[in-house]
Amino acid sequence: MSGVADLPDLETRDRPSDAPSIDLDALYRESGIGGMLAGMDRDLVGLRPVKTRIREIAALLLVERARRSIGLRAEPPSLHMCFTGNPGTGKTSVARRMAGLLHGLGYIRRDHVVGVTRDDLVGQYIGHTAPKTKEVLKRAMGGVLFIDEAYYLYRPENERDYGLEAIEILLQVMEDNRDDLVVILAGYRDRMEVFFRSNPGMASRIAHHVDFPDYEAEELLEIARLMTAGMQYRLAPEAERAMADYILRRMAQPRFANARSIRNALDRARLRQANRLFEARGSAIAAADLLTIAEEDIRQSRVFTQ
Amino acid sequence: MRLTQGQFSFLPDLTDEEITRQVQYALDQGWAVAVEFTDDPHPRNSYWTMWGNPMFDLRDAKGVMMEIDACRVAHPEQYVKVLAFDSSQGFETVRMSFLINRPAEEPGFELLRSEGPGRRIGYTVRSYATGRPAGQRYGGETRHGP
Ligand SMILES: Nc1ncnc2c1ncn2[C@@H]1O[C@H](COP(=O)(O)OP(=O)(O)O)[C@@H](O)[C@H]1O
Ligand SMILES: [Mg+2]
Repeated sequence: MSGVADLPDLETRDRPSDAPSIDLDALYRESGIGGMLAGMDRDLVGLRPVKTRIREIAALLLVERARRSIGLRAEPPSLHMCFTGNPGTGKTSVARRMAGLLHGLGYIRRDHVVGVTRDDLVGQYIGHTAPKTKEVLKRAMGGVLFIDEAYYLYRPENERDYGLEAIEILLQVMEDNRDDLVVILAGYRDRMEVFFRSNPGMASRIAHHVDFPDYEAEELLEIARLMTAGMQYRLAPEAERAMADYILRRMAQPRFANARSIRNALDRARLRQANRLFEARGSAIAAADLLTIAEEDIRQSRVFTQ
Repeated sequence: MRLTQGQFSFLPDLTDEEITRQVQYALDQGWAVAVEFTDDPHPRNSYWTMWGNPMFDLRDAKGVMMEIDACRVAHPEQYVKVLAFDSSQGFETVRMSFLINRPAEEPGFELLRSEGPGRRIGYTVRSYATGRPAGQRYGGETRHGP
């Protein structure tokens, strides 16, 4: 029996009544992340690997919170992230949802994202950069700072570039204010890799890397449907076939930007639709006409003549 | 002598956590929060020096706390206060104002009496600190802005 007397801790820990137990499901429900993850599945087409990664991160953070609630290792986990992928693959959209998740899980105080690029952080002359960067940090505090095309902060070809000053201030805050700010860097994957190779300090502070794949043609068509519905329009059946053709052609052209190209195409289609209705304004226009994007609104695109 | 001014003058000095919560309240109301400092503690001195610009586009008090900390580090021996300005129509005025820093030594005020015609007595207060030039009143240099 002497063994038990030597280990009073173990003895009490084995007794179920004393062992702290945690209702992970209750934590999950009160955080509201279930609804957010479902919303992400519903509103964002495709992005399988991204959604899986976000779920993994959410699970990790939920368990981390449960651990914290019973007093295990209270040091805040590093939450800074890097989203890589081509333009229009949904990085900004997912960052906004990430802020919602982090807020629901209690890792950030406000559900807000401040999006910036190099020009918002880096100044033009000596002494200009630090106040600019600090101003942005002040605005972002409590939420998420999203830095698009973060690699432009580092311009090795100019040794007196002020970008490094911004990077140093960022690194300091990313380390010292883990409770106050989550930084998400975004940009092309290859350039981001080069950036991290020359800025190991930054690389070591990024805990989660998420890669955004390009969309398939069918996914882009689905995105087009979702966007038209979101704008309270609909694609006529022939217009949808035209859109499918449009997508295949556009994908093969330069400066194709995934979902962003689709949004731009739809904006132009709306313009043509409005023009078409305006030209026909002598006769009565049905409510359905106001809603419908016709085949010609899409086929008139330059993409079909080039 | 311990100077008291503005909101919460009846309370002990606020802790950083209490300041954070007051600032967050102001931001939640949509008020612009400003930090000001002075070494002239006269209650009628309304011209304190601004520490940077008022902050009106912040969501979280931490951003203001960064400026508060910077101001207190730069002027540990001066009075620092936080103001919240409400720009909405009908108010357009300061809604909150409270001290968040004070010099270690506060010499206080002298009460001056001056006798006028008919032996009428006029009173005025003068802070002992302002007997010395600005910037040398509580020791330390004056720096303006962040
Ligand atoms: N998977 C998706 N489903 C629906 N819409 C999307 C999807 N991905 C991107 N979009 C839309 O495409 C546009 C560009 O996306 P964005 O998040 O800004 O991409 P990025 O930041 O990677 O350039 C936005 O209007 C966004 O709503
Ligand atoms: Mg973007």
